[in-house]
Parts: sequence; C-alpha cells; structure tokens
Amino acid sequence: MIVAKGLTKRFGDVLAVDGLDMEVKSGEIFGFLGPNGAGKTTTIRMLSALISPTSGKAKVAGYEVGREDNEIRRNAGILTESPGLYDRLSAERNLSFFAELHDVEDVAGQVERYLRLLGLWDRRADVAATFSKGMRQKLAIARAMLHEPKVLFLDEPTAGLDPEMARLVREFIGELKDKGRTIFLCTHNLDEADRLCDRIAVVNTRLLALDTPEALRAKLYDRVVVVHLSAVAPAYEKAVSKQPFVRSVETKDNKLVVGLDNPEKNNPELIRALVDAGADIQFVGELRRSLEEIYLRLVK
Amino acid sequence: MRKIWVIARKEWAEVFKNRFVLFTVVFMPLMMTALPLIILYTMGTPEEMAGFSAADMPASFADLCEGMSGETCGQYFIVSQFMLLFMLMPLAIPATFASYSIVGEKTTRTLEPVLATPVTTLELLAGKAVAAALPAIGATWLSFSIFSLGVAILTEGSELLRQVTSPLWLFAIVVVGPLLAVAAVSIAIMVSSRANDPRVAEQISMLVILPLLALFFAQISGLIFINEAMILWMAIGVTVLDIGLLAFATQLFQREAILTRWK
Repeated sequence: MIVAKGLTKRFGDVLAVDGLDMEVKSGEIFGFLGPNGAGKTTTIRMLSALISPTSGKAKVAGYEVGREDNEIRRNAGILTESPGLYDRLSAERNLSFFAELHDVEDVAGQVERYLRLLGLWDRRADVAATFSKGMRQKLAIARAMLHEPKVLFLDEPTAGLDPEMARLVREFIGELKDKGRTIFLCTHNLDEADRLCDRIAVVNTRLLALDTPEALRAKLYDRVVVVHLSAVAPAYEKAVSKQPFVRSVETKDNKLVVGLDNPEKNNPELIRALVDAGADIQFVGELRRSLEEIYLRLVK
Repeated sequence: MRKIWVIARKEWAEVFKNRFVLFTVVFMPLMMTALPLIILYTMGTPEEMAGFSAADMPASFADLCEGMSGETCGQYFIVSQFMLLFMLMPLAIPATFASYSIVGEKTTRTLEPVLATPVTTLELLAGKAVAAALPAIGATWLSFSIFSLGVAILTEGSELLRQVTSPLWLFAIVVVGPLLAVAAVSIAIMVSSRANDPRVAEQISMLVILPLLALFFAQISGLIFINEAMILWMAIGVTVLDIGLLAFATQLFQREAILTRWK
C-alpha cells in the first residue's frame, strides 16, 4: 500500500529524511518510531503529498508521490500532530467543510456517521473551541476518515489524552484495522506501538530497523526466563549453567535469570535440572523486553 | 469553481464570528456613508446656499462645476471630498479580513489538514481572496447606493445627484473599487506569509490605504481634484499592480512554503 525507495528530504543544509526504504502492506498497522527531529512528520508529509521529496520515490495506494498528488490526497487521510480545528465553527461545520473539499457525495450523511461513530453527535452544534482535548482529537480523526481513505496517517493520535480517552482512540484504531484500512502510525508511546502495530520502523533521519515487535526483540535480545525460588544456592546456578542450551545465567535475590535459545523447548529440561539439584521452584516466567528497551538500544 | 465557493463560505462562517472583523465590515461603511450625508444635511437649505458661486471654489475645482448652479457646485465640492472614502472601503476591509483569515489559519494550524485535501493551491488562494474581497465590494456598492439615495432625498433629485452618479464615479466605485480590493487581498496574503499575529498582519496590510489617503488629503487641501483622467489612470495603474501582486502572492502561497516556512 505504501512503498518508499530512497526517499530523501533536505531543507537547505539540513537532511531531514535520508534514503528511506520501506514497504507498508495493505491492512496493516505500521508503527513509525523515532526521536524528535528524526524526520517522522516530514516522512508523513511527503507520503501524504503535502511536500515533495528532494530525491527518491514513493507510492501511496498505487499513486506516485510528486506526480499523482491529488490522487494520493483522495486516497489518504491524515491526522496532523495538532488537531487544527476551526474553533469558531461547530463540530458539524468543521466536518462538512472537509467533506465538501474531498468531494464526498453524501456530505450530511457521512458527517453524521462519523460524529455518531466517535460519540460526538450530541455535541455536533457546539463550536470546537468548547471541546476537550480528547473530543478535539476524536473530531480530527473523524475529519481524516470522512472520505473513507485507503491509507490513514496518524501523527501522535493519543498525545496529551487521558488514559481513558487514549484507550478509546486506540480501540478505534484497532477497529479501523479490522475494516481493512492501512494505518501509518507515528507515536512516541511505545507501549501503544507494541500493542497496536503489526510492524515497526525505527528511524533517526535514516531507517534503523524494520520488523515485527517480536522479531525486533529476538534480533536484539536473548530470550530470558526468570525462575523464582524459595531460596538460592550456588549449586543451582552451577546446575543450570551446565545445560548446553543456556546462554547466560545470573542470580538476583531469590531469582535465577537464565538466557535461553528457545524457552518453549528448553524450559522442561531447565526445570528438571533445578529440581534434581534440590531447588524449590515457586514459579517460572519469561522476561519480556519492552519496546522501549528495543527502541532506546536502536536509537542510541 | 465549486471548491472556491466552499472555501469562501467557510471563511465567512468563521471570520464573521470575529467581532473585530464584523465591526470593521459594518462600522466603516456605515460611518463613511453617514458622514457625507450628515455634512450635506447640515450645509443648509438652498436659500442659505444661494450666495454660493463657482468663483468661490478653488480654481481647479471650478472647471468641474461647469453648468452647475453655485449652490450645487458648493455641495458637490464638499461631497466630492468624501467620495474617495468609498474607495477606501475596498482597500481596508479585505486587509482586515484576509489578515484574520490567513494568519488565523497559521496560528490555529488549520492549513495543513486543508492542504491534505484534493484542493489546488489556486482554489485555496482564490477562495480566500473571494471571501475577503466580496464583502468589501458588496459593502462599498451598498454604501454608495445608500449614499446616492440619501443625496437624492436631501437634494430632492438635483444636479448634485447627477454628479455623484456620473460615469466618473460609477466607474470609480464599480471598476476601480474591486481592482483596489484585489490589490489589498494580494498584499494581505503576502504580509500574512511573514506575520504570525493577525493584528500585526492587519496593521501592516493597512498601509495599503496610504496612497489613497494621500490622494484624499491632497484633494482636501486643494492640491488636486479627482477627474476622469485621474480615475482612468488609477484604473490602469491598479490593474498592472494587481497582476504583479497576484503573481507574487501566488508564488508565496505554495503548499510546501506554507508548511515549512510559514512560522
């Protein structure tokens, strides 16, 4: 649905995006992560035909950036970093204006549909200035959806929202994916990216990594199992380290932290070895590296 | 064309909710219409003006009074001082309107979502220009019509009405007025691309009225009097100016420049 090859953007002497190569599949939620100034917003602006690349090529929904910009605008929706609503206009008027610009056939019907879907129908006549931050964000999402785009670019959709509202927005993004939309999600909320995204790209001007969250974990870290014991003894660590599949072992308080190749396969043998050594096992769990750890390791 | 209208309607819906803009669009024409009519009303009855003659007027104006009675010439002299104010409206109103409409979009960051729609830069620019210029032109024409009606009532359909609605002034109001509005909009767009505060943009854009004010004061002080040739030259000059200004404003109003350089 989105293909970028060597996509580069330069503002004078500043290189904002450097030779980005990536492919976003149809119907996936694609996370785009990176620190401030990494070129995320610039990439979104290039892909949504708002600005042109300095070099490289990109296609969105089958249309080429820079050559078929109006077709891209017809097929893509964008939630900008700031909701950018007309404060003096009502929610309904805000949406109808954009529906008309997008040549939506049934303007009133489509506006009503999205206002209802996002729980704003009862406030449709109120001016946007009276809306809470969460309501403004929902209205901006509705605006991006009015013309039923194939691709949706979301730039920090839950930034500044309270946990309840952020959850509602995340649920809505999940529903959009279920309906087959391709979502390009730019976020600083790594937990959100971990939960929502099928694949993740980490960028810092250039592409640092691109894969599923699980594959990124596997690439960067060993899988680690934590065995909670009622008491630790040097014999237990020795018994564990003798096993050929163990990559590392460390004792922390009453826990053994063990690096393994394949926990699903190795755990029974590991536990047997510990029991044979006389260990009293309370429970066993996997230490799952957070996306934050992966991200920080990549970015640094 | 449809999208130009969509943008213009949105602009009106939004900007007219700004009391300051509304005040400018309503109060200025009201004041500029009422002022000459009040002066005309207080000038006195035809009997009181009976002693007036063209010889009492400045020499350069006396030529314009050819065929008029002294009384009418006196009235026309006073009223013509204010006729230029009707050309001030198409300059001042769009400057206020466009400043709030464009800089307002910058400050509220509403331009990016608009630029992400399949609207062309020309449609967007035209929509904003139409939204700023039409109320000004409408207000000017309406004020001038009310003024002419007032002259007709106050002077009981005299020679003065024929002078006020002469081809010279009709051309000035109907043709030069809209041309001035286009110039004002273009300048406001250019200023807005650099300013971050609507009030600053408006103040700078308002400088566009200075040449006309200079003309106004030159006429009041008797240095010049507006005649056919002057209006014609003004029309030609403003047309040329409009072409240049529009080209420059369109150049400034580019999608990428708006998003990356309009800070």
